[in-house]
Amino acid sequence: MTSIEHGAVPAAGLPAEFRTCRFTGLRIEKNAETLIKANAVTAVVFLMLGGLMGLLVALTRWPAVQILPAEWFYLMLTGHGANVLLFWIIFFEIAVLYFASAVLLGSRLAAPKLAWLAFVLMVAGALMANYAVLRGDSSVMFTSYPPMQASHWFYLSLIIFAVGALLAVVLFFATLVIAKAERTYDGSVPLVTFGAITAGIIAVFTLASGAIILIPTWLWSVGLISGIDSLMYKVVWWGMGHSSQQINVSAHVAIWYAIAAMVLGAKPLSEKVSRMAFFMYILFLQLASAHHLLAEPGLSSTWKIVNTSYMMYLAVLGSLIHGLTVPGAVEAAQRRNGYDKGWFEWLTKAPWGNPAFSGMFMSLVMFGFIGGISGVILGTEQLNVLMHNTIYVPGHFHGTVVAGTTLAFMAGTYLLVPLLFQRDIIWPTVAKWQPYFFGLGAGGISMFMMGAGTLGVPRRSWDISLTDAPHVFEFPAAAYLMMGLNGLSAILAAIGGVMFILVIVATILAGPKLVGPDAKLTFPLHDKGREAVSTYGSEAHPKLPGTIVLVTIFFTCFVLYYFVNWKYLSELWLFN
Amino acid sequence: MAITPPSNRLWWKEPIQAIELGWVIIAFLWGLFMFFFMIAWHFIGDQNLSNETYRITPEAFEDKVVAFAEEYQKKDANGEPVEEAGVPVVVPPEGGDVYMLARLWEFWPVLELKKDVPYRFHLSSTDWQHGFSLQPTNINISVHPGYEHVFTLTPTGSGDFGIVCNEFCGIGHHSMTGRIRVVE
Repeated sequence: MTSIEHGAVPAAGLPAEFRTCRFTGLRIEKNAETLIKANAVTAVVFLMLGGLMGLLVALTRWPAVQILPAEWFYLMLTGHGANVLLFWIIFFEIAVLYFASAVLLGSRLAAPKLAWLAFVLMVAGALMANYAVLRGDSSVMFTSYPPMQASHWFYLSLIIFAVGALLAVVLFFATLVIAKAERTYDGSVPLVTFGAITAGIIAVFTLASGAIILIPTWLWSVGLISGIDSLMYKVVWWGMGHSSQQINVSAHVAIWYAIAAMVLGAKPLSEKVSRMAFFMYILFLQLASAHHLLAEPGLSSTWKIVNTSYMMYLAVLGSLIHGLTVPGAVEAAQRRNGYDKGWFEWLTKAPWGNPAFSGMFMSLVMFGFIGGISGVILGTEQLNVLMHNTIYVPGHFHGTVVAGTTLAFMAGTYLLVPLLFQRDIIWPTVAKWQPYFFGLGAGGISMFMMGAGTLGVPRRSWDISLTDAPHVFEFPAAAYLMMGLNGLSAILAAIGGVMFILVIVATILAGPKLVGPDAKLTFPLHDKGREAVSTYGSEAHPKLPGTIVLVTIFFTCFVLYYFVNWKYLSELWLFN
Repeated sequence: MAITPPSNRLWWKEPIQAIELGWVIIAFLWGLFMFFFMIAWHFIGDQNLSNETYRITPEAFEDKVVAFAEEYQKKDANGEPVEEAGVPVVVPPEGGDVYMLARLWEFWPVLELKKDVPYRFHLSSTDWQHGFSLQPTNINISVHPGYEHVFTLTPTGSGDFGIVCNEFCGIGHHSMTGRIRVVE
C-alpha cells in the first residue's frame, strides 16, 4: 500500500520515460538520469569539502607553514579521509553504477523510489559524519582504531551511509536483471558494464565487512559492549578499508575503457582478456585486508603472504593486464583513426586538449607508475616494515585514489555532464587545463609523500620537528624539503580542484544548451560513437609498438624499484 | 566498443592476441616470482617480522617492564640510577630479554644495547594502539594493547636512535618518542 512498495515492484508495462541521446544514441530513462545527476552532484559537493580539508592538512604538514593547531589538524584529517575517500568516491560510484546499468543497457532503473531512499540515507550518513567530526570528539582518523573511541554519532553515521550505499548497489543489480528480462540489449553486457558489475560485487563484500565491524563498535561506543579487540577490529575493518579501494580500481578502469571508447572509438583488444582481468579482481581482491596488517603482531607469515599477494598476485595480474590493454586499445583506435605513423604518432596526436582524454591518460599512467608499483612494494610482507605507517602509505594511496580514481572520475565527468544535463562545457580553456593542474598536483603529492616516508616521516603527525617530545630526534633536511614540496603540490592540486568544480557547476547552471539538431559538443565524441564498430576482433592483428615500449618501460621501473627496496631492507638491523 | 555489447556474440571463442598473451605470461611469472621471493626471504634473509605473540593484560605487561627497568637500570659513577628526560636508562644483559612499553605518550624506558648482539625484544602497549618506528633505520612495527609481540632484534649500527610513534594516538601523538642507544 505504501508508495515505496509501489515503486519497488512497478506494475508490468508501467511506462518509463526515455529520451534518446543525440550524441551517443543511448536510450536514457528519466529516473536513471535524475538519480545519476543527484549522486554525481552530491559527490562533487563532498569532493569540494574534503578537498578543502585536504589542502589544510597538507599546509599544516608543510613545516614552515603549519597552518592549523594540532587539535584542528587531527580533526580536519579525519574529515578529509571520510569526505573524499568515502563520500566523494562512493556517491560518484553509485552514479557510475546507475550509468553503466540503466544508461548503457538502455534500461529503466529498478525501483527509483528505493534509489531515492538509498540516496537520502547516504546523504544523511555523510552529513552526520561531518557533524560528528566537527563536534571535535571524533578525531579518530578514518580508520578509528579501538581502544581509541569516537562519538557514537561517528560510527552510526558510517553505518547509515553504508546501508544506503548497499541498497544502491542492490538496485544496480536489480537493474541488470530488468534489462536482461526486458531484452533491452543483445548478447553480453558491454565491457564497461562488466567492469561496473565487478565494482558492485566487491562493494557488497566491503560494505558488509564495514557493517560487521562498525555495528559492534557502535554498540561499544554507546556502552552495550565492554570492549573491541584491537587486532580483530583491524582484520575486519580493512576488509572494508582496503578492499573497498578495489571498487575504485574496477570503477576507474571501467571509466578508462568508456572514455577511450567514447572519445576515440576504441574497443578492447580482446573482450576475453579484458573481462578475465576484471574477473580476477572479483576472485582475489577481497584478500586485500592484509595490506595494512603486515607489521602486526599475532598474524602468521603464511596468512600475511597468501593474503597480501592476493594469492600469488593474481589480482595484480588483472591490473597489469589492463595496463597493457587500455593503452593498447587507445593505440589501435588511433591507428585506425589515421594516426599510424611511426611508433608514437597515435599518442602525440591524441586529443590532449580534451580534458576527458588527457585526464584519463594521466590517470592511467600515474595509477600504474605511482600507485600501482608502490602498492606492490608496500604489500610485500618484509618490505612493508620499511614504510608501514610512514607517510609513504598516504603517498601510495594518493597515487591510486587521487591521481588514479579521482582524476579518472573528473575526466569522465567532462563526458557525462554534457550528455546528461544537455549543456555544453562552459569554459573550454579552463576545462582543457584543469586535468594538468590537478594531475601534476596529485602526482606531486604522491611522490613527495613517498619520498618523505622513505626518510621515516610518520603519517598523521602534526609536527615532525618533535618540539614537545621528551627524546628529540632530527629528521633529515631532505624530509622537510619533501614535506614543503608536498604542500606546494597540494596547492596545485587544489587549484585544479577549484577549476574542476567551477567549470562543472557553471556548466550545469549556465552552460550553452545543447538543443537543436546542429548543436555541437566543444569536446567532440568519436564519429563512430553511435555505430557499433563492424565485427569484433577488428583489432584482429593490431600492431602496437608504442604500447609495447610503454609497457616495457613500466615493467623495467617496477622490477628495478622492487629490488632497490630489497637492497634497503637487507641493510636494516636484523630482526626475526 | 567498450560501451556496447560485444558485436561477436561468441566473444569468448576469439583467439587471444599474441601481444596480450605474451604480457599475461610475463606478468603471471613475475607475480609468481614475487610470491615465492617473500617465502624465500624467510630462509635467506635476516629481516623477517616474528609471529611470536602472546596475549597479556596491559597491567601484567606494565609490571614486567617496570621490574625489568628496576633490575637493569644504568648506574652512574656514584651509583646513582641514570635517567634521561625523566625516563630510566636501562642496560639489559647481552643477548637477554628486553622490554619496551608504548603508552600515551612515550616509549618507556630508554634502552642501551650492544652492537651486533641479538636481544629478545618484548613490545606491547598499555592503552591505545601505537606505532614503533625506529629512526633513522626505518623499522616500523605496530603495537597493540593486550598483545605481547616478541622478536629478536640485532642492532647493526651504533649511536643514538630515535623511536617515533607512527600510529595516531590522540592529541599528544606527535610528541611521542623514545630512544635506543647502541654502543660498540
